[in-house]
Amino acid sequence: MPDNSAIAHGAQESVNAANNANGDNSAHLEHPAYLRHHFNSTEQQADTSNFAMWLFLLTEVMFFGGLFTAYLIYRNWYYPAFVAGSHQLNVIWGTLNTVVLIGSSFTMAMGVWCAETRRRKGLVLCLSLTFVLGLVFLGIKTIEYHEKWEKHHVPGTHYSLQSFVDPQSDPEVFKEYHDKALMPDMARRTEIYFSLYFAMTGMHALHMIIGIVILAFMIYRAKAGAYTSGHVTFVENFGLYWHFVDIIWIYLFALLYLISRHQ
Amino acid sequence: MQGLGNRDQGKPPEDKRMSEETKHTEQENHIVGPGVYVVIFLALLVGTALTVWASFLELGPWNPVIALAIATAKATLVVLFFMHVKYSTKLTKLTVFAGIFTFMILVSMTLADYISRAWGSW
Amino acid sequence: MNNNNNTIVELPDQATAKIPQPNFISKENGLMSWLLTSDHKRIAILYLISITFFFFIGGALAGLIRLELLTPQADLMATDTYNKVFTMHGIIMIFLFLVPSVPATLGNFFIPMMIGAKDLALPKINLLSWYLYMAGGILALYAMITGGVDTGWTFTTPLSTHYVNTNVITTGFAIFVAGFSSIFTGLNFIVTIHKMRAPGMTWFRLPLFVWAHYAASILMVLGTPVLAIAIVLVMLERAFGIGVFDPAKGGDPLLFQHLFWFYSHPAVYIMILPGMGVINEVISTFSRKRIFGYTAVAFSSVAIAVFGFFVWAHHMFIMGISNYAVLVFSLLTMLVAVPSAIKIFNWTFTLYKGSITFETPMLYAFGFMGLFTIGGMTGVFLGASGTDIHLTETYFIVAHFHFVMVGGMLMAFLAGIHFWWPKITGRMYPEKISQLAAVVTFIGFNLTFFPQFILGVLGMPRRYASYPPEFQVLNVFSTAGATILGVGYLLPVLYLLWSLKYGAIAGNNPWQATGLEWQTQSPPLTENFTVMPVMDHEAYDYEWLESQKAKEVASAG
Repeated sequence: MPDNSAIAHGAQESVNAANNANGDNSAHLEHPAYLRHHFNSTEQQADTSNFAMWLFLLTEVMFFGGLFTAYLIYRNWYYPAFVAGSHQLNVIWGTLNTVVLIGSSFTMAMGVWCAETRRRKGLVLCLSLTFVLGLVFLGIKTIEYHEKWEKHHVPGTHYSLQSFVDPQSDPEVFKEYHDKALMPDMARRTEIYFSLYFAMTGMHALHMIIGIVILAFMIYRAKAGAYTSGHVTFVENFGLYWHFVDIIWIYLFALLYLISRHQ
Repeated sequence: MQGLGNRDQGKPPEDKRMSEETKHTEQENHIVGPGVYVVIFLALLVGTALTVWASFLELGPWNPVIALAIATAKATLVVLFFMHVKYSTKLTKLTVFAGIFTFMILVSMTLADYISRAWGSW
Repeated sequence: MNNNNNTIVELPDQATAKIPQPNFISKENGLMSWLLTSDHKRIAILYLISITFFFFIGGALAGLIRLELLTPQADLMATDTYNKVFTMHGIIMIFLFLVPSVPATLGNFFIPMMIGAKDLALPKINLLSWYLYMAGGILALYAMITGGVDTGWTFTTPLSTHYVNTNVITTGFAIFVAGFSSIFTGLNFIVTIHKMRAPGMTWFRLPLFVWAHYAASILMVLGTPVLAIAIVLVMLERAFGIGVFDPAKGGDPLLFQHLFWFYSHPAVYIMILPGMGVINEVISTFSRKRIFGYTAVAFSSVAIAVFGFFVWAHHMFIMGISNYAVLVFSLLTMLVAVPSAIKIFNWTFTLYKGSITFETPMLYAFGFMGLFTIGGMTGVFLGASGTDIHLTETYFIVAHFHFVMVGGMLMAFLAGIHFWWPKITGRMYPEKISQLAAVVTFIGFNLTFFPQFILGVLGMPRRYASYPPEFQVLNVFSTAGATILGVGYLLPVLYLLWSLKYGAIAGNNPWQATGLEWQTQSPPLTENFTVMPVMDHEAYDYEWLESQKAKEVASAG
């Protein structure tokens, strides 16, 4: 009875694999160490992991998508409250953060180029810059969150409607926008605005933190030359993730900070 | 049953094995250079400035439209160039489209309910 | 050789047959070799054990429900407890059993083999999926033991956010974690099917089992994250009172339902599509015929996935959405029924003039076709908004979804387990008792759930521990049926375990089935194939199978 390797599984025999079955290891020695054995080639492996990262980003799109849906509905319903809430956000910090994040996307893209062209020092520099810019972003966010906490604009038991029912009690915002006082029930709706603000930017910040931790790991590995000897998929795929986080912020900035700054 | 004896010993049959894969991957080997990245980066900065400036203008219902349009333009640049989709396979482009499409379904059909509630009963 | 007209089973000569060595089970020993494996087949077995475990817990809860409903009063348990029992029954059965059932066991095991690959694209992510599933499952059990949840598996707001003091957050988090298990499984399948097909394995030569899983995986990847965010918002609402679902703060409870059902409707297709994939394979094998209208069945799987995203608000007809939304979603729901019906027609035409035999998998497949048809057609009654207003939240709904999920999906799962058991274990189960179990299951199922259609039309509401006395007779029938059903589900566990030691040796292809997985040894090697297959024939090509056998006989001689 022929053994399994000789039964044609609807197949033409591959002589190469038949050599393997006979114990010839010549083909086995030819592949790079990082090629996993269930793949046929490094191209297939790289292509596969790239596609997998894109699919993961799709799940992220739908995850944030739920929050964006909630945002769009409530902005539609409670526009005055959303305008008033948005005025409480500092457009300078927001714009600066946007520039910082776009910059970090640029440095990340340059990092991918360095990996692809085997520039080890360049890669380490670009990843480090991305890392630093990411930290700057989080630092600015911390300042902003702290300010919200001080002004009692964090939803929950300490939330205060003071700034909205009596705008003049908040002079620095009032002199910019001269908001009219909101009716009490519309003022209450500002808590939903801030809930969405914290949920959306908080979820975004969580993704940034995860990215920064991975960046730290990558810088360490990049110094050792792990990504500049032909195996660039980790850097490329992380780049996709980082750019995606940037895109989310681009929309968050437009929707949360720029609702209407004219008054 | 074909071909036990037709191939050289030890040489992998490249045509059949590799062609389908390399067809899909060769486009991915296009390396995007720093020049492109710089241009896109500057464009994104311009877009940011533009959108901040536009939010200070009184444009009525067009404010959110312009803000979203600029944001979408910026996002498109990031997707096409920083994320290399312009140089990617059809599968990648289809994947991006599928994500955007599904998100649009979620938003539009949910919003459709909310907007049509105000229309009353028939 | 066995050319008995009543069966297509061909087993090797039992006097000389042995389980082939090495195989993926015997290759490595020890608990760690299983817990740290990256072999998709071992992971499938890990899943099989764990989902069986959760199934019986969910089943025990079902038993408690039916016991309570024997009498019109809420006398077996307090009504709050009853609420917890049906909630946990739903959560365990849906998230911890039905969603992973076929994909994580049979899909994991056979998709790589069917496409001619050595493993899934991302083996470590596959193992992670199982750990996430176990973490979610154990957390759900913990929540159950430490007080339970009583909101119904649908977590409807504002009940779940403001009016109950049970373990909503813990259970929600458990489902969140288990959801990522599902996401990663779906992601793995999509990548594998796109990128790891053997040479010559074009899309239209794939077994329809693979197409079905591809469609289900699209739903897993795109739909489950929306459930995740819905749960996160419920947890935030409960913990911090953020107001998104709180009318007092301007929130809309219906927003939760939109987000929840955006996933949970595609979820029912996530559950049924893999089952339909199994039915394709079983019906083809046991009627010795190519699936009629291969292309139509393949495209209808994808169509179900796509259209499945457009209909979610048919779960919300009475909840306060606008009349226009009701109209649109009702029309779209009519549309989504069409691809499912196409499949039933195609299977029927496959059977027509086929050489049909009635081995156990085929019995389950027949059960599937009949019961899924009934369940599906009652779905149309519910999709029509006018009738839905009367039937929703009654036992008609309960009967509808149990017909499609239990009469449909669970039967398909059992069909698949029986069909592929010889391949996975190398052993055959005892045929007579398995056929008996299938028949017992069918009878028990109908007795349990058909009366519930009548109860629903008569007006008995769901999720109530007590009911008007005039409904008792039908409830007693239903409980009696549940007892029989329980026996029907217990039997397979017993004889399948028995077969591991005492079952006949199955050989490579006891069913004479097409498909690459049947061209390898049973149980398979860890690397699946020693020779990379090159696909040079169509799917379900029985002529090719005949020519293979002829060559084997020639070369063996």
